[in-house]
Amino acid sequence: MNSDKLTKAALFSASLLILIIIAGIVFSLIRGAIPAFHAYGLKFIISNEWNPTSGKEVYGALPFIAGTLMTSILALLICLPLAFSTSLFISEYYRHTRISGIITSLVDLLAGVPSIVYGLWGFYTLRPFIIRLGLSEQGFGIFTSSLILAIMIIPYATSLSNEIIAMVPDELKEAAYSLGATRLEVIFNVIIPTARSGIIASYILALGRALGETMAVTMLIGNSNVIPSGLFSTGNTMASIIANQFGEASGLKLSSLIAIGLLLLAITGIVNSIGKYIIRRFS
Amino acid sequence: MTAGSLQYFTDNIGRRNKKNKIFLLLVILLASLTVIPVILIIGKIVIMGISQFNFSFFVQTSPDSLQAMTAIANNETIPGGIANGITGTFLIVLLSSLMAVPAGIMIGIYLYENKNHPYSYFLRNLTEILQGIPSIVLGIISYLWIVKHITNGFSALAGSVALAIMMLPMIIRSTEETMKMIPNEIKEAAFALGAPYHKVIFRVLIPTGFSGLSTGILLSLSRVLGETAPLMMTALGSTVINYNIAKPTSAVPLLIWEFYNDPNMVRLVWSSALFLMIFVLSLNILSGRLSAKQKPERKK
Amino acid sequence: MTDLITHNDKPVLKVRDLSIAYEQGKYAVKTVTADIESKAITAIMGPSGCGKSTLLRAFNKMHELYPNISTKGTIFLNDTDINNMSTIELRRKIGMVFQRPNPFPTMSIYENVIAGYKLNGIRLKRDERDSIVEKALKDVTLWDEVKDSLFKKGTFLSGGQQQRLCIARAIAFDPEVLLLDEPTSALDPVSTSRIEDLLVDLKESYTILLVTHNMSQAARISDNSMFMYLGELVEYGKTDIMFTNPKDPRTEGYLTGKFG
Repeated sequence: MNSDKLTKAALFSASLLILIIIAGIVFSLIRGAIPAFHAYGLKFIISNEWNPTSGKEVYGALPFIAGTLMTSILALLICLPLAFSTSLFISEYYRHTRISGIITSLVDLLAGVPSIVYGLWGFYTLRPFIIRLGLSEQGFGIFTSSLILAIMIIPYATSLSNEIIAMVPDELKEAAYSLGATRLEVIFNVIIPTARSGIIASYILALGRALGETMAVTMLIGNSNVIPSGLFSTGNTMASIIANQFGEASGLKLSSLIAIGLLLLAITGIVNSIGKYIIRRFS
Repeated sequence: MTAGSLQYFTDNIGRRNKKNKIFLLLVILLASLTVIPVILIIGKIVIMGISQFNFSFFVQTSPDSLQAMTAIANNETIPGGIANGITGTFLIVLLSSLMAVPAGIMIGIYLYENKNHPYSYFLRNLTEILQGIPSIVLGIISYLWIVKHITNGFSALAGSVALAIMMLPMIIRSTEETMKMIPNEIKEAAFALGAPYHKVIFRVLIPTGFSGLSTGILLSLSRVLGETAPLMMTALGSTVINYNIAKPTSAVPLLIWEFYNDPNMVRLVWSSALFLMIFVLSLNILSGRLSAKQKPERKK
Repeated sequence: MTDLITHNDKPVLKVRDLSIAYEQGKYAVKTVTADIESKAITAIMGPSGCGKSTLLRAFNKMHELYPNISTKGTIFLNDTDINNMSTIELRRKIGMVFQRPNPFPTMSIYENVIAGYKLNGIRLKRDERDSIVEKALKDVTLWDEVKDSLFKKGTFLSGGQQQRLCIARAIAFDPEVLLLDEPTSALDPVSTSRIEDLLVDLKESYTILLVTHNMSQAARISDNSMFMYLGELVEYGKTDIMFTNPKDPRTEGYLTGKFG
């Protein structure tokens, strides 16, 4: 029937939209970044100068790459014990009880808080707390940003883990119990080995999420364009330098920022692909 | 077992039981620690935001720095509100939905109908990749595509394109999942009655899957409502209420950012944030209710 | 009507007035009292839902895993109340094989057999470990089939082989009692028959309690049989006597296929 063919064609054309968008994104970013790479070569990636004074403009991405990687990885490390315990709580120890439903809802709520609201809370509550603890004078820096990031990615780290842990068959656990294992031993000898790939994948995906996070980190990292020297020193991330300076940028500076966006896309893409690959190999 | 191993076994039992109990306590402690931030954040926003929450807050546009400074000096409540942000958000999100919802549903249906085709697997991968792209990168893209070339300046349209690209993968995925849950017999019955394909889609598939589709849409809306970064370089913001899609427009998250950066207007962040949270959470809860209602019914 | 079987040697397991409930007032097992003969096969049979699995799982305190289950009455292992024993110690002496074969998929065949020791943190010397694994696998007649693939994961084994692996895992730990919960119901007739022969061999070393939904299996290999119905231990006696001359009309009804 003719109209059916038309409908099928319409659906197919719609599907092409995804291809077009992704190709367009990659193309536009590369095109926009070329002037920067042309001017600075590949050294752009490892240079840590960022000098916008006209006439002597030099831009380099290294401080921001360092800032992004440091905050995201630290965030993941902080998040790991918290998310893992929460997953065990919800999917193993207190599965099917009301309290685990409450905890699940609260964790879901974490996912619904917008980034800028996290930033506000981080600035007005977390930062004074860090200052009061004497860890840092101004309260900005890698540690504070990582802390807020860790809280933000907890829902991503737990949601897949919860499912995977809950899917470990009861019979395997019972077999281990019948041999005399304690609950802790069942968790580490049966549940974790069985669910290992899924758990790792969910943390990698959480890392991917942390890498691209903008507002909360921008408000807490201190915005200094240097490679952070220590846990409590200030710095900047790829996302936050773009957020801060894109609005009025032009010429070489604009191109450099686009280049940083391209690098961010690449890093996030690689991390997410690794996570998805692990999930696929697992199932 | 040797006698030695047996002795070790018996001696060790107490130690193992103790480790077991300690671990449980640790898990409970850390899990409780995990949920404390939510309570603190929401608590803080509610407590600090409720004070400026009045009718005029929603209908007046944002004050400028001078007005705010004067009010503070005179110990009055800062005048103005977030009306420009509310209308701006509404405009931008409406535009995004107009772009993302029909496209997303169509692509979702395409993927559902061509489940096992290698092209579909490829597309699904691409959709997942799209979902993982940081929102600020999408802001750059929308800047390059729209601000630079189409509206020649910051605009609501640019903002909505960035948000639409964010909404698209979620809508695609939830559409495909919803369609999968519709019993095949329903679709076949419609075809058997001679209905053309597009009628089957619009009169049968979409209505049947309505709650599932709405869940996906609401969820994606709640996700983009709070986005700030991509709007900073596309919609830019505005002090007035704007309905022209080709002009810079405000949005609630943008206003929060502006208030945050201006020492005179900082007090306004809390009520604005409260408003945003209420909106986002309501959408979340609404979509949760809808998805709970949506149980696949098999009629025989 | 139950017939406590008392023997010349002391029974390894004694049950006194055991009742198990899943919820308030709903009893899955009602005041069961029995002595279990050592080094013999005792079959527990009855229609679905009669409580036989529930009864079996009480012996190694599996119900501890499910807090909504309450137990009354006592079970004695060698005259010690099992509630006064640590659960870990109890499970060393009483091993269990489940309905669906459940070898640990992330462990190799070798590691599966030795899993009892590993889980309990008992480190053995290499040769001791090797000999335990070899003996257990030989005892379940699986050795020749897997001796060249001991370090592969057990997932390529057939259902029957996997179940024999699970039995090896249980006996490697050198228990006194083996509990088997419908071990052959998921297997084909050939594997079933092999395992039945295996159990008859094993009873020389272990006391075996076998839940089965297949009364002919009970007739084939068990020395004693319990018939349960709606949670009650209706009849208990030597298998050949009970099957040819059941005392209770319910037992007779089950055996002649009137229900079940």
